Amino acid sequence: MSEHHSIGAQRSSAFKAWYKSGDPWIWMTGGAVAISLLLVVGLLGLIAFRGLAHFWPADVVQASYQVPGKPPMKVLGELREGELVSKSRLESAGLPVTGDKEFYDRYLFKVGNRDIYGSDFRYVIDDWLVEREFPQDITVFERLEWGNLYGWVESVSENGEVVASGDAAWPALRERQARAHELREKIEKIEKHDIGAINYALEKLRLKRRGLELRQQLSTEVEAGIAAEEAALQARYQGYEDDLISLYGDIQRDSVTVRVMTGETRTVELSKVVRIFRPNDMGVFGKLGHYAAKLWEFVADEPREANTEGGIFPAIFGTVLMVLLMSVFVTPFGVVAALYLREYAKQGFMTRVIRIAVNNLAGVPSIVYGVFGLGFFVYFLGGSIDALFFPEALPTPTFGTGGILWASLTLAILTLPVVIVATEEGLSRIPRSLREASLALGATKAETLWKVVLPMASPAMMTGLILAVARAAGEVAPLMLVGVVKLAPSLPLDGNMPFIHLDRKFMHLGFHIYDVGFQSPNVEAARPLVYATALLLVLVIIALNLFAVRVRNRLREKYRALEH
Amino acid sequence: MLTYDILDKQANGMSNASDTTDGTVFASPGLMKWRYTKDKLAAASVTVGGIGVIFAVVLIFFYLLWVVLPIFKPASLEALTQFELPADSGDRSLLYAIEEQSELGLRISEDGRLRFFQLTDGALKAESDLDARLIAATHVDKASSTIAVLTDSQRIVLFQHKYRLDYPAEGERTITPRIEFPYGTQGLQAPAGDRMVVRENDDQLTMAVAEDTRITLKQFEKSTSFFDESVSLDEAGQHTLILPRQVDAMLMDPLQDWLYAFNFASAEIYFYDIRRFDAPKLVQTLVAGQVGNTITAVDMLSGGLSLVVASDDGLITQYFPLRKQNSTDYTLQRVRSFDAADGAAVAALISEQRRRGFMSLSANGTLGAYYSTSERELAEQVLAVKGLQLGAIAPRANIMLVEHADRGIQIVKLHNEHPEVSFKALWGKIWYESYPEPDYTWQSSAANSDFEPKFSLSPLAFGTLKAAFYAMLFAVPLALAGAIYTAYFMSSGLRQLVKPAIEVMEALPTVILGFLAGLWLAPFIETHLPGVFLMILFLPITLPLTGWLWTLMPASLRHRVPEGWQPLLLVLPIIVSIALALSLSQPIEAAFFGGSMPHWLDNEMGITYDQRNSLVVGLAMGFAVIPTIFSIAEDAVFSVPKQLTQGSLALGATPWQTLVRVVLPTASPGMFSALMIGFGRAVGETMIVLMATGNTPIMDFNIFEGFRTLSANIAVEMPESEVGSTHFRILFLAGLVLFLFTFVFNTLAEIIRQRLRNKYSNL
Repeated sequence: MSEHHSIGAQRSSAFKAWYKSGDPWIWMTGGAVAISLLLVVGLLGLIAFRGLAHFWPADVVQASYQVPGKPPMKVLGELREGELVSKSRLESAGLPVTGDKEFYDRYLFKVGNRDIYGSDFRYVIDDWLVEREFPQDITVFERLEWGNLYGWVESVSENGEVVASGDAAWPALRERQARAHELREKIEKIEKHDIGAINYALEKLRLKRRGLELRQQLSTEVEAGIAAEEAALQARYQGYEDDLISLYGDIQRDSVTVRVMTGETRTVELSKVVRIFRPNDMGVFGKLGHYAAKLWEFVADEPREANTEGGIFPAIFGTVLMVLLMSVFVTPFGVVAALYLREYAKQGFMTRVIRIAVNNLAGVPSIVYGVFGLGFFVYFLGGSIDALFFPEALPTPTFGTGGILWASLTLAILTLPVVIVATEEGLSRIPRSLREASLALGATKAETLWKVVLPMASPAMMTGLILAVARAAGEVAPLMLVGVVKLAPSLPLDGNMPFIHLDRKFMHLGFHIYDVGFQSPNVEAARPLVYATALLLVLVIIALNLFAVRVRNRLREKYRALEH
Repeated sequence: MLTYDILDKQANGMSNASDTTDGTVFASPGLMKWRYTKDKLAAASVTVGGIGVIFAVVLIFFYLLWVVLPIFKPASLEALTQFELPADSGDRSLLYAIEEQSELGLRISEDGRLRFFQLTDGALKAESDLDARLIAATHVDKASSTIAVLTDSQRIVLFQHKYRLDYPAEGERTITPRIEFPYGTQGLQAPAGDRMVVRENDDQLTMAVAEDTRITLKQFEKSTSFFDESVSLDEAGQHTLILPRQVDAMLMDPLQDWLYAFNFASAEIYFYDIRRFDAPKLVQTLVAGQVGNTITAVDMLSGGLSLVVASDDGLITQYFPLRKQNSTDYTLQRVRSFDAADGAAVAALISEQRRRGFMSLSANGTLGAYYSTSERELAEQVLAVKGLQLGAIAPRANIMLVEHADRGIQIVKLHNEHPEVSFKALWGKIWYESYPEPDYTWQSSAANSDFEPKFSLSPLAFGTLKAAFYAMLFAVPLALAGAIYTAYFMSSGLRQLVKPAIEVMEALPTVILGFLAGLWLAPFIETHLPGVFLMILFLPITLPLTGWLWTLMPASLRHRVPEGWQPLLLVLPIIVSIALALSLSQPIEAAFFGGSMPHWLDNEMGITYDQRNSLVVGLAMGFAVIPTIFSIAEDAVFSVPKQLTQGSLALGATPWQTLVRVVLPTASPGMFSALMIGFGRAVGETMIVLMATGNTPIMDFNIFEGFRTLSANIAVEMPESEVGSTHFRILFLAGLVLFLFTFVFNTLAEIIRQRLRNKYSNL
């Protein structure tokens, strides 16, 4: 008894001593690190999981949905996210939850067939979804419009005549689908590429005529020349038009009749189907193949259905091009400013003030740069350029509206401090002995800089540039003011002279996330795509940052060696 | 750079000495010259380029300032030309109007003539005759240029003055006026009287004609012909009101709901409800000013809600009808007063067509300009001419004309682009039209054009600080504690992994955080609200508890984990306690909050719960700010000289005592500057707040409600804002405020840090 007591007393005095030593606080601070790390890992994990899971073809379940007190309903679709919902919440949603369970599992159920049901998604209570089956022959049709269609293939028709039905329908469908796919690619090429080029040329001619008119230099022969060119273009256009008509005739040949869950049948034209598959019939490798195809579509295709389906290629392209243009602007200016500050300016109070100011510009909110870009670049510079060089297009602005040039310039100003600071740091790390050696050998200051200092400082510049690119790639707020759009009709780089169109608006990954996630009419459908886009953006930016960190560390090591 | 100069000089002096012994000439004089030219060129171009870049950066500030400054420029009035009344026939003038381009004026006089004249020189441009002597004239609707005149044969004729613009050649413009009669040249039969007010909208037309103490109201219903879209009027009824005193003036609102009659001598305002036309009702009789004052002029502001009444004590007072709280009754509310320009008795008030501004004319030649929302007298000017009685303001409010006693017209230029702005309008409480009380409101646009813009930056600044406050509440403990541990306790091996990992977070695009906050975190918190609070409760207990339990572990196990690896040991307990908190969330909700805590808050506690609220923003933006604070604070703690801490430890202090008594005091300025920089970042963050709140500009500290920040406001409204408008410039002002705020904050933080660095270097 007494022994026990003394052990207890020992314990409590040990606890007191432990408490007094301050160790609990150390554990608290350690916990802060652990929580921060968990937050990072959890966030990245969440994005990665949701983003990557989207492309996996889920099994399609057929079941009977029995809401108590209502006749059972046949449903067909994919089970998505589930959550635990309390009884009262369900009651307030008007559901007849009569059981004695406090909590119910509720799933988001993708029923597809938006043209029939009006919405792709509905909520289902797990307990009421009974008689679940996974029939092998359920077919999913990914359509150009109206989202997915789930159902059973009844028959395949050619020009309205049934050519295959029953078991023969599926192989026939696969074959004809491949043909339709090929034809659609041809049509797309003509519509996008060839006719797009003609339209572009026609617009150029219109502007040329208008410009000459404004300057009152439109002589009859010039006018005749323009008219002839226009006629030639129109003739070519007519040729393409004829091709298109015949292609459209070909592609509209086949259709498939699908029986949906309600029992009615639908006829779907193969020209409007992107992909047909039977998820329940696929093995792991089949699904992997499908996964890869979807992933490729995501990065290499254009968006469909108000950005909620298809790919994000234009957004990737726009982001990359914008960042490249920005690098072209920011590198020389940043490096020159750093060189001036570190090598040429007289060090003193002024340079210190400038250094602090430049440093702090990095902390100025990005939206302020957007405001500046809109006011100065778009309205002031762009408006002046339009008045001087593009009067023929007015009142449609050419440069007087947001575009990729202004966006990249705005971001160049935004990231200028990053490049200046990094370059300066690199310059300051170069040992004095090296410069002195170079000067002592008779090199001029410029030669020393060019041949000795700059090559050694180049990794620092590189670091600055990479950090600038990483920052620029993730900025959205300023871009919203200076030229980003939710859907750009054409890329800022294409096959029409002068190939790069700096006045065009562009799509951007970050803005795509904002727009699809928050302005989309069909948020449920769009959400997985937003996760995937976010994942891509995060990966790119983290990779760039880690690369920059590595370059910087290696650089430090190198000079540490030089100093000894 | 001194060394360079010396070396340069030496090099110059030895330019011929680089010949080598074997006769190869490395540097001929020509080549040397070229090299030095190149050197000079490089120096010059780098200097020019460098200064240019720095100048460009400074340009941002000055450009923003340049756009903002016009809103603070005071208004001014500038007397231009004056001329005699165009084609003066000696008759009294009744009404003036100016067309849209501010080139032509219209004078309506008693002899029934409508004379259009050039505002530059008074030359008569066109003339039209109504073939009747007129008793009175009034504006019916300034937007459609409709005017009504009362003829001596008791008919009211409505006409519109319209203008055709032609461009006969490049850069030339001619304006041709014409008169149109929407209801015929004969007009409508009017009740007997000599003062009148006429209003119309799409459905009806109401006229009120006064004679002595009697007002006769007459209403017409409009019907549109299907064939030629011509409008015909059908008389709907007539009603007579008898007032206690003589009627000197009347006003009616465009919807024909209210009729205001004025007796000037007793300064009485009679406020009639004519919404039910068959039963007009005197709602209220009000005395303007003190007893004994008289009214000298009245007018209605654009929008048709507010009246301005000038009295002989030199005050101009604004009123509008206001619904009493919890009833359907209205009262005429006195809102604010302006001191009339120069204190002179106001002979006439003229309101602007599109804004809530008005001008006062006085007999002694004083002109005053005022703006109701900003509660400002904008400008005043004493003209050389006296006896101002009548006048008109151009629709664009850039030119006005006034008739003076010597039968002439004075043209006055108005420089008054941004009257809506005053310090009070931007930051103070303003009593907006139809609001029950003065309030801070931001509402820059609305569907109708008659709308009174509300430009109070207070709710936006409040929202900004609220967002930053909640973000800091979450971020500061985590970031500072994490920084202290990482810099001081953590083993260096782990530190080299942890520090970059947290710093990479800083580069995470905020659009991703915002999207997760809005689409994942907000619904998650809504369904797991008790769990979130349990987490806040559990975590601070779990952490030291794990530490205590760890001391009880067998030594063999404890020694296997080196010092400074505690965070890894804590990962599992943290996950467990979070999971526990979340799994308890729904049972607790079911047991105590009727199944849904947000509903419970709403219904039982009266606390509004928005799904996208400050808590969500606090967490998401806190997450964004953690790496900023962490990184700088960690540097500050880590750079505390080792001899200080080792000295303390050697004297027998525990690591924690050393930290609290030695390390933290030394590093505190650096940690403080970390907080400032983190705060600056939270203030300017745009995407997270844009996506994770409802962006409603309200002023409320409730953690479960949203807000709108300055930055999100810019992002939302800037693309739609008209270039050069007051709204546009106020958004720039918001940008400038953000710029200055963060710049000053960061500079202070930087100065503190530099001081600290100097201190360390002394140690």
